[in-house]
Amino acid sequence: MNIKERLVAAIENGTVIDHIPAEKTYQVASLLKLHELTEPITIGSNYPSGKLGKKGIIKVSDKFFTEEEISRLSVVAPNVVLSIIRNYEVTEKKTVETPDKLKGIIRCNNPKCITNNEPMSTIFRVVNKELGTVRCHYCDKEQDIKTVDLV
Amino acid sequence: MFIKNFCYLRTQILHLAQISSMEKQNFVTIADLSKDEILYLISMAQEFEKHPNREILKGKVVATLFFEPSTRTRLSFETAANRLGARVIGFADPKITSGTKGETLKDTILMVSNYADVIAMRHYIEGAAQYASEVAPIPIINAGDGAHMHPSQCLLDLYSIYKTQGTLENLNIYLVGDLKYGRTVHSLITAMRHFNPTFHFVAPKELAMPQEYKIYCREHNIKYIEHTEFNEDVISDADIIYMTRVQKERFSDLIEYERVKNVYILNKAMLCKSKDNMKILHPLPRVNEIAYDVDDDPHAYYIQQAQNGLYAREAIFCRCLGITLDDIKNDKTIIN
Repeated sequence: MNIKERLVAAIENGTVIDHIPAEKTYQVASLLKLHELTEPITIGSNYPSGKLGKKGIIKVSDKFFTEEEISRLSVVAPNVVLSIIRNYEVTEKKTVETPDKLKGIIRCNNPKCITNNEPMSTIFRVVNKELGTVRCHYCDKEQDIKTVDLV
Repeated sequence: MFIKNFCYLRTQILHLAQISSMEKQNFVTIADLSKDEILYLISMAQEFEKHPNREILKGKVVATLFFEPSTRTRLSFETAANRLGARVIGFADPKITSGTKGETLKDTILMVSNYADVIAMRHYIEGAAQYASEVAPIPIINAGDGAHMHPSQCLLDLYSIYKTQGTLENLNIYLVGDLKYGRTVHSLITAMRHFNPTFHFVAPKELAMPQEYKIYCREHNIKYIEHTEFNEDVISDADIIYMTRVQKERFSDLIEYERVKNVYILNKAMLCKSKDNMKILHPLPRVNEIAYDVDDDPHAYYIQQAQNGLYAREAIFCRCLGITLDDIKNDKTIIN
């Protein structure tokens, strides 16, 4: 049994999030609001990875994320894989789908945008999923998703 | 039983029609308007040009909230409201608002919504009008939001083009000067996409049309040609020349500014090869980009263009307050 299988098998029921770029591990935890959960959570980082060099893995017991929650990860870690575990077995693998709209997830880069000047939620339309181009619903400024900050 | 069902269905349909007609009509951007909607607003403006003084908005209260001073736009909106019989409240100077005390835009808009039937607002923050339209229970008119949008200026530009050319279709439109930061030229491109224009972008390299608008043109099959020269030969084929101001503060290299500042000045001698129907537009205020010897030339149209703003804004108020073109045509409140 290799290290990955051992990690995946370690929970009875829940979700294992794998292939997280190591430096994004805690952002993924934040986006999924893991700090609000009461279930057992294991966050591992800097594991060796053939593809990524170093990667993070998060295991959450008895928690199955919604599609909306998973789509939030497209902003920081679009290539993660979520394994759904039931009775110690991987029953399903999910990848992240970039949504058409991002609500309340990222900040607008434009300091003159209303979203940076009023207590309100941001809304972005994803105009090019391949290039990762998003457009602010309010100021229309197009920006590269790699250059934006999380809310 | 059949009659009872029929009556119920009829009531439901009428109810739906009522809800649909009661849906809040904002005027925040011109980019979303269809060709028919633009032509409808132009038809309304034509009616208001025939009879600008009416009482069709009698009993209505219009709020003009200028979080950024703009005397010209504010006077135009307030005149439009006054000439249609509405009463006007608002502020022209943001220093006197509660915004300076830390009140949010949302709270200001909700507070004014208690008093007025429609809000025309100017703000220095981009996207402010869109946000206001989402939180306000009454219609919002964008009178300019920073460097973002100025849709009422765009409508008056379209009306001016339509009025002087008799059509919006198949025109050669020359945009001259600051094409990088000039929001009016950007709005004009998006609004004209329905009408098969050929645009000519005449600008120094530092102020050239941004790539995103050139991509927009290509995506919408809008023809465009770029020029850095500005002379009588370049503009000889123009139906419309839309001048904008080249602003010193936009240049990072002041030597470059000194080099180009006098290149994009239109003077009377340059009009010698122009077509008879050609008109010169400018969103105003001008500084020196149109020489004063052009003012008396029949091609000059920028002062009348500002007057068209009154009719365009009368049309915008009526659209937002649910008044139709038929209502305006059959209006019995005209003051002669």
